[in-house]
Amino acid sequence: MKIIIVTLFGILIFSSFQVNNFKSNNKNKMETLTISETKLVYPYSLPELGYAYDALEPYIDKATMEIHFSKHHAAYITNLNNALKGTDAEKLSLLEIISNISKYPVAVRNNGGGHFNHSLFWQMLTPKSSGAPKGKLADAINSAFGSFEKFKEEFDNAAKTRFGSGWAWLSVDSNGKLFVSSTPNQDNPLMDVADKKGTPVLCLDVWEHAYYLKYQNRRPDYVSAFWSVVNWSEVEKRYEEFI
Amino acid sequence: MIHQLPALKFDLDALAPVISKQTLEFHYGKHHQAYVNNLNNLIKETKFENSTLETIVKEADGGIFNNAAQIWNHTFYFEAFSKNGGGEPSGKIAALIADNFGSFADFKEKFAKAAVTQFGSGWAWLVVKADGKLDIIQTSNAACPIKDGLKPLLTCDVWEHAYYLDYQNRRPDYVEAFWKIVDWKVVENRL
Ligand SMILES: [Fe+2]
Ligand SMILES: [Fe+2]
Repeated sequence: MKIIIVTLFGILIFSSFQVNNFKSNNKNKMETLTISETKLVYPYSLPELGYAYDALEPYIDKATMEIHFSKHHAAYITNLNNALKGTDAEKLSLLEIISNISKYPVAVRNNGGGHFNHSLFWQMLTPKSSGAPKGKLADAINSAFGSFEKFKEEFDNAAKTRFGSGWAWLSVDSNGKLFVSSTPNQDNPLMDVADKKGTPVLCLDVWEHAYYLKYQNRRPDYVSAFWSVVNWSEVEKRYEEFI
Repeated sequence: MIHQLPALKFDLDALAPVISKQTLEFHYGKHHQAYVNNLNNLIKETKFENSTLETIVKEADGGIFNNAAQIWNHTFYFEAFSKNGGGEPSGKIAALIADNFGSFADFKEKFAKAAVTQFGSGWAWLVVKADGKLDIIQTSNAACPIKDGLKPLLTCDVWEHAYYLDYQNRRPDYVEAFWKIVDWKVVENRL
């Protein structure tokens, strides 16, 4: 039996996939989460950052956070609202739009992805990082990559070798397996155009605007600093809600 | 052959405040240099080991293309700048711009729009097409018009590293300032 489950992760992540055994207690859990979260719907607006611009110092500096959030992210939202204004897509959630992104104009792909990815990214960061994942996520990382160190190596490599602008991702595929990938510009693994599709649980922005004021050409230093501010409890929550 | 970072014909502080010394130190001294270093490493023991840069740009793909094209693009970008640049073109290039775009102001507007709207990393270009007409195009990441048989005359780097230290998210301000350092004699000589 195949039943479509709709899951909302955080304020953002939403994916439709198929499972064989559907448990009603899971369904209730999903629904509770669904109604407690804010869906991303038109007209879009900036989410709460959840911490101060200087909270991630010295790993991510205050000026970068302020410009990244209040200028770059805000511009994606303005452009997305303009691109959707007066279209049928006003009635859809951003998730629905992104899942079928190949059917939309490039401005929707660029700015819809920009809004979605940044909204997710801010939640991936915290001044109080635990340093490493725990529980089911830690086990899943070990079984998918061999060890946490090997996972980090693969993720680092994806982040460092993405040529030009883009993102690095840790996602869960439709079989529940974790994988690392990178996407160009503002694409993401939920888009129907993605080479490797899945639901992201962790992401890193490697556009130069994400690190240039502090790290300039040294993207590897930024990627390495990122591990000091990863919000592992958020990543764990997303993973556990998904499986 | 070993590829080299070409010398700049101006001092690193010569283009300020349009492009700061700090930006040039990174852009030329780190990014441009890194593309040179990467290419020299990547072509070792490949069929491109003894090729000219232009041949590699035209024939390679993947990482070898990216690094070769970025060397070519940056050399071409920096070459067109001068401390005494700016103003309006004269002579043959001025006539061609007027013929193809209506006026210099119309050309600037169209070129600026290409530079500002290129999404993500890339370049805006003024090129001569096979039929001799001028055109304005955008390329993403390392893509270089000589690979498509076009003859570039002028380019603006819109990778964020080209302007982020000086202008942050304000790419339109960078593109507007860019006109103040364009050496139109260099552009005309490329015809
Ligand atoms: Fe960003
Ligand atoms: Fe550049």
